[in-house]
Amino acid sequence: MNISNLFKIAWKAILLNKTRTMLTMLGIIIGVASVIAMLAIGEGSKESIKKNISSMGANMITIRPGAGMMGGVRTSDQTSMQSLKLSDYAAIKEQSVLIKNVSPLVNGSGQVISGAYNWPTSIYGASPEYLSIREWNVESGVIFDQSDVNSYAKVAVIGKTIQENLFPNGEDPIGKSIRFNSIPFKIIGVLTEKGENTFGQDQDDIIIAPYTTIQKRILAQNYLQSIVASALSEDQAERAVNEITAILEKTHNIDPSEDNDFNVSSQQEIINTFSSTSEMLTVLLVAIAGISLLVGGIGIMNIMYVSVKERTKEIGLRMAIGAKGKFILMQFLIESVLISVTGGLLGVLLGLITTFIISTFLGWPVSITSFSIILSFIVCTITGVFFGWYPARKASASDPITALRYE
Amino acid sequence: MDKPIIKITELTREFRMGDETVRALRGTDLTISPGEFVTIMGTSGSGKSTLLNILGCLDKPTSGIYELDGISVKNLTKDELAEIRNTKIGFIFQSYNLLARTSAIENVELPLLYNSKESAAERKERAAEALKKVGMESRMYHIPSQLSGGQQQRVAIARSLVNNPVILLADEATGNLDTRTSYEVMQLFQELNDNGITIGFVTHETDIAQFSKRTVVLRDGLITEDKNITERFIAIEELKKLPKTS
Repeated sequence: MNISNLFKIAWKAILLNKTRTMLTMLGIIIGVASVIAMLAIGEGSKESIKKNISSMGANMITIRPGAGMMGGVRTSDQTSMQSLKLSDYAAIKEQSVLIKNVSPLVNGSGQVISGAYNWPTSIYGASPEYLSIREWNVESGVIFDQSDVNSYAKVAVIGKTIQENLFPNGEDPIGKSIRFNSIPFKIIGVLTEKGENTFGQDQDDIIIAPYTTIQKRILAQNYLQSIVASALSEDQAERAVNEITAILEKTHNIDPSEDNDFNVSSQQEIINTFSSTSEMLTVLLVAIAGISLLVGGIGIMNIMYVSVKERTKEIGLRMAIGAKGKFILMQFLIESVLISVTGGLLGVLLGLITTFIISTFLGWPVSITSFSIILSFIVCTITGVFFGWYPARKASASDPITALRYE
Repeated sequence: MDKPIIKITELTREFRMGDETVRALRGTDLTISPGEFVTIMGTSGSGKSTLLNILGCLDKPTSGIYELDGISVKNLTKDELAEIRNTKIGFIFQSYNLLARTSAIENVELPLLYNSKESAAERKERAAEALKKVGMESRMYHIPSQLSGGQQQRVAIARSLVNNPVILLADEATGNLDTRTSYEVMQLFQELNDNGITIGFVTHETDIAQFSKRTVVLRDGLITEDKNITERFIAIEELKKLPKTS
């Protein structure tokens, strides 16, 4: 007895009951398709979060004052919020070997005015390296340089949103003067448009000026809101975080037993935080899809059970003409596996189509991984064997004499 | 004399029905030699079905010896019995038992699917050959619902022949057929028997038994009569005597 003959027999039985087989398959098809679509949506949103956060600069490392966050709430008091100083920036710049660029960051908000137009916005004080850390570019004009920093120069680079609101008639803003909280700044460059980030913030609603200027002329403060740095590469980011932590622990004279009064984090950590939310959602979606796959499996079991009952006489005949019990078992098992695997293939196809429709018409971010296809396919095969086993076993245990008499 | 194909001695078969024990066969002896055409007759409850099931290796005796083609069947496993059924026995049933919506040739191929190492082409060739022997070569691709009762039984006979069994076992093979068709089927059995095929035929119709060479009568689990047919019917002659159908 060779296995191809059993396949032939099982295939024949499937063909003889096309409608019934199709309906049985439908359960599996819908189950698999929804698993694939749900995984694609989950994976897509995870990737889109990752991409968005990475677009802020994949290698970026952020150093903030205070011991860090607990569930989104800063757990530090007012003084520890002022723990970052320019000396920390200098220490990192001098001592760190794993970072490419570093920039202090101070910011304030206020009204920016040009002629008859005004606009509420934020102003950031940074070093000239800030743009390369954020992987931003100037569209026209230039970025300020170190001599501007040293001379507290009142020059600024503005984002697209500022340009549109202060110069709505399309004149070239380069060389024009704007006032922020009554301090005049000369515009020397316009940033390339970046659009919104993951959290809906307009990344073009920004003015960047030398940190010295902002610290002294606008905020009148000697501490920094944060320090940003870029690691040499994405892979080095974690090591750079550790290096910076060590440098700052030393400059802040922090005993290893004490909590740090600052917090260093890489983009990866931020990604992880946001991914965990989307992962939870994915698990939920896939669990629901999994249930529909299970129901599909029970559908197969039901049909195989009915089929065994209905074909009792046929089973009796097959046994009478020499089919061994295990051949009958194999025949029904192959039949159910064929149904579930074919259903699985069609389900994968439907899942891909559904995913395509979701991404095209709803515009949701989706990502199909080979993992999700392989997973649902394996689950299908197991479903076929698992739910086909009991009815097949029952068929193979038939007594040919009783089976032949069955009407 | 040739080595017997079937040899049973002191065969008993008991069924337990709750507290009662039903003794369907109570010490039966029977020998069938190659080339014989034996009818097993008996009323219902006489044990003829039980005997046929044991002869067909579908059931095992409670005690006694059964040798089929020199093989003692008593201690064989289920799988070994299945193999014997496949290679040594050809079954023919009252209700034909053809697979529905499956062509005649595929029905005939069925036993080959369960054992032979032959290619699909060889299988087909053998099935076609068997169909030719029963005069169904022109309807190889008809499905059972397109065939008359007699034609379906012919396909079933072809199926029983395809593995070249040592004996054909027929269970009321003409029970569902009208007289003329029954006689035509008996004509086929006679032809097959003339070509050397051994046949065991269970029936309760005396006229059908007249076509065979020997009759064994069972009653309450015992063989009460075992005689050779003296005035044997020849199917071709009997068919001529039947009134012409319009």
